[in-house]
Amino acid sequence: MMAPLFSSKLLLVLLFGTLFGLVLGVLPGLGPTTGGALILPFTMTLDPLSAIVLLTSIYCAGTYGGAITAVLINTPGTPAAAATCLDGYPLAQKGEAGRALGMATVSSTVGGIFSVVVLVFFAPILANLAYEFGQPEYFALAIFGLTMLASIGDGSPIKNLIAGAFGILISTVGKDFMTSIDRFTYGINELSVGIGFIPVVVGLFAISEMLTQSTLLKQVFKRVALKAIKLPSKEDYKKTWKTILRSSGIGSFIGVLPAEGGTVASLIGYSEAKRFSKNPEEFGKGSVEGIAGAEAANNAATGGAMVPTLALGIPGSATTAVILTGLIIHGVRPGPDLFKEQPEFLYGIFGAMLVANILFFIFGFFGAKIFARITLVPNKILWPMIFAVSVCGTYSLSQSIIDVWIMLFFGVLGFFMRRYGFSVVPVIIGLILGELVEGTLRQSIVIFDGNWLMFLTRPIALTFFILSLIALAFPLIRSKKNKKPYD
Amino acid sequence: MNNVRYKKRANKSLPFFFRTEFKVFFIIILVSTILLISTFSFDTVPPILNRGIQPATFPKGLLVLIIALTSIIYYLSFKKPWKKEKNLPKPFFFTILSFFIFIIISKTLDFFLAISVLSVFVSYHWGERRTFYLLLVSIIFPLIVFIFFEMILGLRFPPGIITNLYYY
Repeated sequence: MMAPLFSSKLLLVLLFGTLFGLVLGVLPGLGPTTGGALILPFTMTLDPLSAIVLLTSIYCAGTYGGAITAVLINTPGTPAAAATCLDGYPLAQKGEAGRALGMATVSSTVGGIFSVVVLVFFAPILANLAYEFGQPEYFALAIFGLTMLASIGDGSPIKNLIAGAFGILISTVGKDFMTSIDRFTYGINELSVGIGFIPVVVGLFAISEMLTQSTLLKQVFKRVALKAIKLPSKEDYKKTWKTILRSSGIGSFIGVLPAEGGTVASLIGYSEAKRFSKNPEEFGKGSVEGIAGAEAANNAATGGAMVPTLALGIPGSATTAVILTGLIIHGVRPGPDLFKEQPEFLYGIFGAMLVANILFFIFGFFGAKIFARITLVPNKILWPMIFAVSVCGTYSLSQSIIDVWIMLFFGVLGFFMRRYGFSVVPVIIGLILGELVEGTLRQSIVIFDGNWLMFLTRPIALTFFILSLIALAFPLIRSKKNKKPYD
Repeated sequence: MNNVRYKKRANKSLPFFFRTEFKVFFIIILVSTILLISTFSFDTVPPILNRGIQPATFPKGLLVLIIALTSIIYYLSFKKPWKKEKNLPKPFFFTILSFFIFIIISKTLDFFLAISVLSVFVSYHWGERRTFYLLLVSIIFPLIVFIFFEMILGLRFPPGIITNLYYY
């Protein structure tokens, strides 16, 4: 598994990715998704394996990095670290920032490594199952992936569905891939090749975040001083080992579900840690179990989310949507054939994720104090620099100024979407899955000779449709249970 | 209790067309309808060559779905009005303005000049007054980015009054 990594170039990429991921994770508003989107154009200079190793190491380290800011300034560096704030910051306020970060580092590492094991075992099984899939099954699976956004995704279920449908709509811009007929091009030549992933991804994540930061300039962070990270004591280990293992399992499972990721995993991991705890009253006041529950779960979601991404080509989270974009632009088509034809490529990714988890443990343990200082870089200097990188990165891909304008358009759109409760993640997932959804639908209709009801004669497709209905009904049932309006 | 809070949040005293829910609903429906109308002008495939559905059918279906879902969220907003957002601060509008300036300068004068102008403009309006840092974001950093892309990645930037000095 590790053999492909024994090259100085890949190790260098892995080191850089882990360090860069930590920096991104620490900076509120950036995180592995935005960071991955920013670095995506630069990966074009790398071979496919190095590019994906870079993105996955950013993913692993960035997810952990969010905990440093969550503990020290009570602001999650990444959304997945939101639950870590609940107990991390109160513990830091008691003068135990080192203990809080030590627990976060250990549980993140265990969760991350656990999820890589899940990835190694389950991705090939899922890929083998996918051999049974024909066009109708892939269509049903893609629909299931999109409806999952509605059930437990970030934000309102219907708004998420609208955003997902919008993402698919963007994928229809350009020449129709079956008939070469122009759609939504309005005579603009540049649009006939379609709207690229990178301008949309960078716009929706980086530029919209820049606009969000422009509204938060008066925000003042109270920073807790950190002397050094402490490894958890024997007592802490005794108290938390079950929580860490449970959250690792929960995180990996949530990660495997299409379209879900670390944010949901950490919230469920945290609430389950509280439910099973002997001292639930300590939660919210600086409980190490709370930190362990949230951190093990969000890092465990990283490997879990890579399972559907690699085995089926359905992203398991926002960051894996960016990684999937990376795979596509490098000409690697995820799915069962990838497991059969390029096993060394996959083992390289698995190995890289394993090493990245160990590396962020080392860097986090010895360098958290330095990484914490990165939060002192003022936004008024940081974001103009990020803008310069975003513009050049987006331009570099097809050397088209139109791409830069598309990026700016999606940046403004993304800002207003977030402001009014529409998550931008479904747009990306819809954009990625768009071609799959339309292609498999149209080919299925050809196979079925125009008879739509034939979908129901395919057991696997039918199962996915039923799961999709459950995914759609879930928020309704949940809102009835909580006696709150559906949306 | 919750309902009282929702009413407060939504500022129900405003006429319906000033409420956020209506504005969002209106914009989505308007754009979707325009796009839907435009799908009727897509070329069609002759029946003998047509495999499955026409190229316009899928986007039409998506747009109808978006319109239907948007109508549902608007209807639901009567039961649970949206939270009233804070007014956007000045730096936000300056940032948006800087995007327009960027587009104009990059199209007419120079791509890198546009990046420099945007950087200094944003940084200044976000509160930076120290000359060194303004120079850092407007000249030093874009220069580093240029060198990185041009020399290491071998990218050729669009011609302009500054870029031409380097290229010619």
